[in-house]
Amino acid sequence: MDWLNAIVQGTLLGGLYVLFAAGLSLIFGVMRLVNIAHGDLIVLGAYLGLTVTTTVGLHPLAALVIVVPAMGLIGYALQRGLLNQTLGDDLLPPLLVTFGLSVILQNGLLELYTADPQKMDAGALETASVTVGGLTLGVLPLLTFGFAVAVIWGLQWTFYRTGLGRAFRAVSDNQDIAQLMGLNRRHIFGLAMALALAVTAIAGILLGIRTSFDPSIGGGRLIFGFEAVIIGGLGNLWGTLAGGVILGVAQTLGAKIDPGWQILSGHLAFLIILAIRPNGLFPRIAA
Amino acid sequence: MPDPILQMRGLTAHYGDFQALYGIDMHVDPGEVLAIIGANGAGKTTLMRSVTGLLRNGANQIRYRGQDISRLRADQVARRGLAMVPEGRQLFPSLSVKENLMIGAQVGRKGPWDLGAVYRLFPILDERKDQQSISLSGGQQQMVAIGRALMSNPDLLLFDEISLGLAPIVIKDIYAALPGIIKDGMSAIIVEQDIAQALKVSGRVYCLQEGRVSLEGASDKVTREEISRAYFGIA
Ligand SMILES: Nc1ncnc2c1ncn2[C@@H]1O[C@H](COP(=O)(O)OP(=O)(O)OP(=O)(O)O)[C@@H](O)[C@H]1O
Ligand SMILES: [Mg+2]
Repeated sequence: MDWLNAIVQGTLLGGLYVLFAAGLSLIFGVMRLVNIAHGDLIVLGAYLGLTVTTTVGLHPLAALVIVVPAMGLIGYALQRGLLNQTLGDDLLPPLLVTFGLSVILQNGLLELYTADPQKMDAGALETASVTVGGLTLGVLPLLTFGFAVAVIWGLQWTFYRTGLGRAFRAVSDNQDIAQLMGLNRRHIFGLAMALALAVTAIAGILLGIRTSFDPSIGGGRLIFGFEAVIIGGLGNLWGTLAGGVILGVAQTLGAKIDPGWQILSGHLAFLIILAIRPNGLFPRIAA
Repeated sequence: MPDPILQMRGLTAHYGDFQALYGIDMHVDPGEVLAIIGANGAGKTTLMRSVTGLLRNGANQIRYRGQDISRLRADQVARRGLAMVPEGRQLFPSLSVKENLMIGAQVGRKGPWDLGAVYRLFPILDERKDQQSISLSGGQQQMVAIGRALMSNPDLLLFDEISLGLAPIVIKDIYAALPGIIKDGMSAIIVEQDIAQALKVSGRVYCLQEGRVSLEGASDKVTREEISRAYFGIA
């Protein structure tokens, strides 16, 4: 029962990692951009949520209505104003520029909000739980997992059932020919980043309800997101869901053996999977 | 004579330090089918890429319907009614046949071409519409590429080596479909290695040689000697 509990809790924890990873997976799939600042953008989402909850007095979940579109706009502006200029045959410029962006975001947040750990107050939601078949499950982790599945399903639906998704796939396949068909890749990339950061806003707010945060924690979230994406296989959204869950389960199982092993066992699982399957479990894009 | 729909003046093109086109002067009249022939590496594809906005051009080198389009992006050029069937077909592999066709309609130009019209032209595509585009035979892929370009209801359609890599019987089918494609006042440029085929379908012909126009004339007037001289540079 203890082990089952650890697996179930790990699965729910994985939901958060899926939300960290979904935006990364999306923008890598559309424009082969590796965004080093992704973790800091998650933290930015958490701080925006904090500001909205404290100034407007909204519940953190209600703050999503403001923070999600705000992050979407930031994403579009960021892509058109900065990141589009770095894209090309060379992979290095986007890495350097997003690394720079990461540093700027961290320092900007430090100036604005100080280094003191902050947390969002979600009231009763934080401690509420339900008992299912002898297992006690937190409502917040359940909700997070529900968000994760809904986000992946929604992105998958967008990709394969809408004109926007068709444009994403066309531009990803062949930028020149897509442009020839009237799709301006700069705009399409902007929309992809907007969507990615909208998801990042959800990740940031759920993170900020679950644990305390400060401007320096972005790097760690980036690593978890990366690991989930790579375990699942590049360019495969359902794979990203599986990757997040595997990472979460590996962490809780490690913690079960020894609490100090939680993070380490996640990284170990990642390395083992990478050693056996260098392209991840369910790759769609050849590396 | 009406004004040309497309006019190039002193068109140049470069790939880094390498110059691929040296001052091309060329025009297409409304409703005309123009053929461009030339050996491998003569610059035919480069010319197509320049016209469609995939390569950066100098100002005032290309005019379309009297307006300078040389500095426009490819999507802006497409919106004005210029479409291309690119060399090597270049379908979107992760899109189905139908989705490839629908992408062509993205520019939102009205006209006779829609999914139904393309399926009537190439009924096999209707049967295969939900398949991945790259699972089709070469000839069927070429039909998708042509259909995709038609879906934008272009006024000027560029074909870059549509017979490349196809079996003779398939080439015959594709060319048999051409009169049904180039109609209603549409103009076309056909880039083709098969000189006889090119001369048969076109009114006028240009030959390119190492980035320059080496011959220009009416397709039924140019002689075999003129062509081989223009083609191979045997002076
Ligand atoms: N991307 C590129 N980078 C550098 N040089 C190029 C590039 N594309 C073409 N070239 C060069 O430009 C010249 C013209 O090439 P282009 O593809 O336009 O010829 P083409 O007439 O279409 O030939 P083909 O009949 O083989 O298709 C060639 O010398 C070619 O090597
Ligand atoms: Mg060519």
